[in-house]
Amino acid sequence: MFLKQILAGDRGGQTLLALLAVITVLVPILNLAVPEGSPLHLSTYTLTLTGKYLTYALLAVAVDLVWGYLGILSLGHAAFFALGGYAMGMYLMRQIGDRGVYGNPDLPDFMVFLDWQELPWFWYGFDQFWFAALMVMLVPGLVAFAFGWFAFRSRVTGVYLSIITQALTYALMLAFFRNEMGFGGNNGLTDFKEILGFNLQADTTRVALFVASAVALGLGYVACRAIVTSRLGRVSLAIRDAEARTRFIGYRVEHVKLAIFTFSAVLAGIAGALYVPQVGIINPGEFSPLNSIELVIWVAVGGRATLYGAVVGAILVNYAKTTFTGIMPEAWLFALGGLFVVVTLFLPRGVTGLLRRKEASA
Amino acid sequence: MIKRVFYLFATLLLLAGAPLPVSAADGFEQAIVQLTERSFRTKETAIVSIAESGDERALPLLKRLLDGDVRYLRYARTVVYAEKAEGGYRITEVLTGEELGIKDRREAKRVVINNALRSVLRRQIASLSLNSDAPALRLAAVREMSGGLDDETASALEARQQVESNATIREAIDTALALRDLESEDKALRLAAIERLHGSLEPVATLRLHDLAEGEASAEVKQAAQNALKAIAFNRDLSGFGETLFFGLSLGSVLVLAAIGLAITFGVMGVINMAHGELIMLGAYTTYVVQQLMPNHIGLSILVSIPAAFLISALAGIAIERGVIRHLYGRPLETLLATFGISLILQQTVRTIFSPLNRSVATPEFMSGALEINSALTLTYNRLYVFAFCLLVFAALLFILKKTPLGLQVRAVSQNRAMARAMGVRSEWVDALTFGLGSGVAGVAGVALSQLTNVGPNLGQAYIIDSFMVVVFGGVGNLWGTLVAGLSLGVANKVLEPWSGAVLAKILVLAFIILFIQKRPRGLFPQKGRAAEG
Amino acid sequence: MNLFQDTLSMPREVMRRDRVFDFMIPADNPRLDISHNTILYLEDVSVSFDGFKAINDLNLYIDAGELRCIIGPNGAGKTTMMDIITGKTRPDTGTVYFGQRIDLLTLSEPEIANQGIGRKFQKPTVFENQSVLCNLELSMAGDKRVWPTFTARLSGEQRDRIGEVLESIGLTTERDLRAGALSHGQKQWLEIGMLLMQNPKLLLVDEPVAGMTHQEMDRTAELLRSLAGERSVVVVEHDMDFVRSIANRVTVLHQGSVLAEGSMEQVQNDPRVVEVYLGGDAC
Repeated sequence: MFLKQILAGDRGGQTLLALLAVITVLVPILNLAVPEGSPLHLSTYTLTLTGKYLTYALLAVAVDLVWGYLGILSLGHAAFFALGGYAMGMYLMRQIGDRGVYGNPDLPDFMVFLDWQELPWFWYGFDQFWFAALMVMLVPGLVAFAFGWFAFRSRVTGVYLSIITQALTYALMLAFFRNEMGFGGNNGLTDFKEILGFNLQADTTRVALFVASAVALGLGYVACRAIVTSRLGRVSLAIRDAEARTRFIGYRVEHVKLAIFTFSAVLAGIAGALYVPQVGIINPGEFSPLNSIELVIWVAVGGRATLYGAVVGAILVNYAKTTFTGIMPEAWLFALGGLFVVVTLFLPRGVTGLLRRKEASA
Repeated sequence: MIKRVFYLFATLLLLAGAPLPVSAADGFEQAIVQLTERSFRTKETAIVSIAESGDERALPLLKRLLDGDVRYLRYARTVVYAEKAEGGYRITEVLTGEELGIKDRREAKRVVINNALRSVLRRQIASLSLNSDAPALRLAAVREMSGGLDDETASALEARQQVESNATIREAIDTALALRDLESEDKALRLAAIERLHGSLEPVATLRLHDLAEGEASAEVKQAAQNALKAIAFNRDLSGFGETLFFGLSLGSVLVLAAIGLAITFGVMGVINMAHGELIMLGAYTTYVVQQLMPNHIGLSILVSIPAAFLISALAGIAIERGVIRHLYGRPLETLLATFGISLILQQTVRTIFSPLNRSVATPEFMSGALEINSALTLTYNRLYVFAFCLLVFAALLFILKKTPLGLQVRAVSQNRAMARAMGVRSEWVDALTFGLGSGVAGVAGVALSQLTNVGPNLGQAYIIDSFMVVVFGGVGNLWGTLVAGLSLGVANKVLEPWSGAVLAKILVLAFIILFIQKRPRGLFPQKGRAAEG
Repeated sequence: MNLFQDTLSMPREVMRRDRVFDFMIPADNPRLDISHNTILYLEDVSVSFDGFKAINDLNLYIDAGELRCIIGPNGAGKTTMMDIITGKTRPDTGTVYFGQRIDLLTLSEPEIANQGIGRKFQKPTVFENQSVLCNLELSMAGDKRVWPTFTARLSGEQRDRIGEVLESIGLTTERDLRAGALSHGQKQWLEIGMLLMQNPKLLLVDEPVAGMTHQEMDRTAELLRSLAGERSVVVVEHDMDFVRSIANRVTVLHQGSVLAEGSMEQVQNDPRVVEVYLGGDAC
């Protein structure tokens, strides 16, 4: 009933959710049940790659929520993604236990290497999965809340806001590169062994992570869709289009922005937490401003303010990236750069906008 | 009558004086031959007469003699310079400078010297350099003698001090003499010496004074030495502060240079150009290419690079404006994305053409070296030049915007596009030119940066966020704000650095700006009036 | 220097002994009290931009239920005055009270709006990407905090209210149209409709008939007249015919202060007003 209501008129979303439902059932079967030699077998590599794309897609949905519907071009969403990733990475580090290179049961390898004597206080609690899971949402949420609290209250908007979000992720990147921060410095966190007691290399774990990503994407999509179709969603559109007017009819623009921005950061954090166990590493490079801006272009390619467009864009661009960097790595940056220009100049509604127009004219 | 006598006298003098150089040269030549004698005493006389001959070949000869590079041909007894080469020594005649090919070590015998001769040599070299025409040589000579003066060198120094015109050298001589006096038996002399070393920044002085403050018997002298040390510590702190300030201003000038083009494109036109950093990079690469084209004129190549970089970056900027930005006016966020794409393309282009490795650009002679204020504070010339250059660029831009017709039109268009257009300003043309100007300045900034860092494809990225911060911090649309913001951020960075480390300093500054923008969204020097309200 | 003092004054302000933190103040705002039959007080208000005095010692009182027109040449400070009332601009000096008790200078824009002051801008600003219905729904009076907004659903009563307003602004047939697709005059009406949905006690209307045809103008006049009585309406307008057709009292602003006040006839015959409007040279 609820689903029907919020998905009414959203054909893209309906298709997306149906597809997600199909692959959550099909993919485990194709990977686990179909024998390796069979043409129908899905390799674990492809499975993990697709799982990675799904986390990207969730991140893109989070960005579309603030950019498409609220008009905030955040160039710092990769930072929330990375923060969530780090929270999960810290849990996975603790799971290594004494199986690290130095075999120290109390300290992660990099701390032994740096000659640290005891675990820093901010690592406490990450032995527990529930604590890490909480932090995955809390840390990006709190950072976004604190940042947004200042930014929105002083009415920093438009390009200025974009630039200070970029400065935020830049500052975080510099900070995480420092060994003294206690997050593994340059190398980040890696060499993970298991999650919740399951071997991370095992196919079944991989499949489970894939399914978790698909489910998270589906839930995230529905949550965003619920916001967008509510009156709050209409207020956020109103803010995007005429912020001052919205204020004069009595809405606390700052509060609306803060709520949606924080929610979006939490989504990004969850995406990051699902990403890390699948790729097996998290390092400060994830904070790089380039990443944030690249994921904005995923949304632009897919078509902003549609939500499902963000999913399409994220998967398209990342598929292209994987293919391109495989055959001719130098060309990828040309292609990506060109994509930025072409999409903004000629495809303001993205790929899905193009499809919709075709459909309308047909 | 008197005049005539004078002429006569002068002529006589000339006649008498004319053979002098000849005889000096003769003395040099004769003395040289004496170097081949076996007796050390003969060699010593030879060395002294060589030093006193006044011949310009004397100083290099003595120096190389000290280094052990002087040999003589066994039979001809010709004194030669020898350079180790395959199969023996490559030898050059001292007197004529003629190359005589390669001889083995039996043919070219070494002019043997002992320790006594070495000290004679050093003294002679010092006093020769002490009287040389080049101040740098004289200063080096004084420094070398300082701390180990015997009576002879001391008197040479005292003599020199009478005629020395260069203040720095006089001071150095003074320090050297005072250091000698510290060793003196006479208490009054020691006290006077301490007085003279009060606040001196020579490391030797600190060392000696420290010895005195610790081990001196006389309490009075001890106290004086301690006071002098305090003054030294204060002076050192002052110099340290000066150095921090200098590095801060230097970093600040780089920031201003990088940001000032942006202050035009972003501040005046409201166009957000994420490819600005890459335009800086283009300027730096232009410098590199120009230098490759004229490898023998490094100094000139820098001067040529400035207009070249301006042109190339300006053209690139105009191309970007005409090709992309023009279609996106009024859509700042899209402009941001599109120009970011362009920056990726430019980076990759450079990577493809020049390889992803860093290139180094040579520094011309007039920019290398350092200005030595005192021994604790030296300002490198390249940074000084870049600072001056930054001010120059700033002044030029200010002039263009305030005093030229183009500037007037730019300001008109930025304030009220529709009205300016109605007044007959070709706003499209003005846009392109303004953007070209801002981009060209970025290119010029690249020339300056190439003198301070390596030139690589990521050069621009390193500066883009900082540049935006400077512009926003200074107040958008305000050139003076950009100058003040850039310099103060540079100084703040360097002041924080020793306290917190470079990375943390940068983070602190970024965090400060983020908070600052929230507090004052329009920067240090906001544009005022109703127009700014929109 | 200024910045330095700013930073110093902040902790000083926080540490003040008699300071009452915002969150300690009881949340229930004083209800609008119009027992003296005056809904808006502006007293000794001055504001300057960059040395230019936009409002200079302005004193203005609006009665409850009154329809007041404010006229004045360009730069007289009409729009700035509205900015001050709605919280967009803070005056340098002076007091602004809504009724007897509500100090508008301490409230933010949304708070002022929720107290019952609605504003229509000079340039019609409606939410162009949303339907006429949505525009009205958004501006409806009610709990406008984040969570209630998220869970809000239209009740039947509210639907009826929207229907009424649609009727009175004559946009019933356009209710599902995108607001951006409306004509200029329709947008003006929609904006007035949005004001009505807020159910304000005081309506500030900035140049409602700019760019309207004569017919549209007449309808607007009728609409505004019908609004007065139940609420107070302040109209800023240039068009003299329009002002004459609706106003019983007119205030003339000049150089940021009140030059004359009275009925249209009185004002028109005031020699000072004539001079201001026709210019000193013409006389």
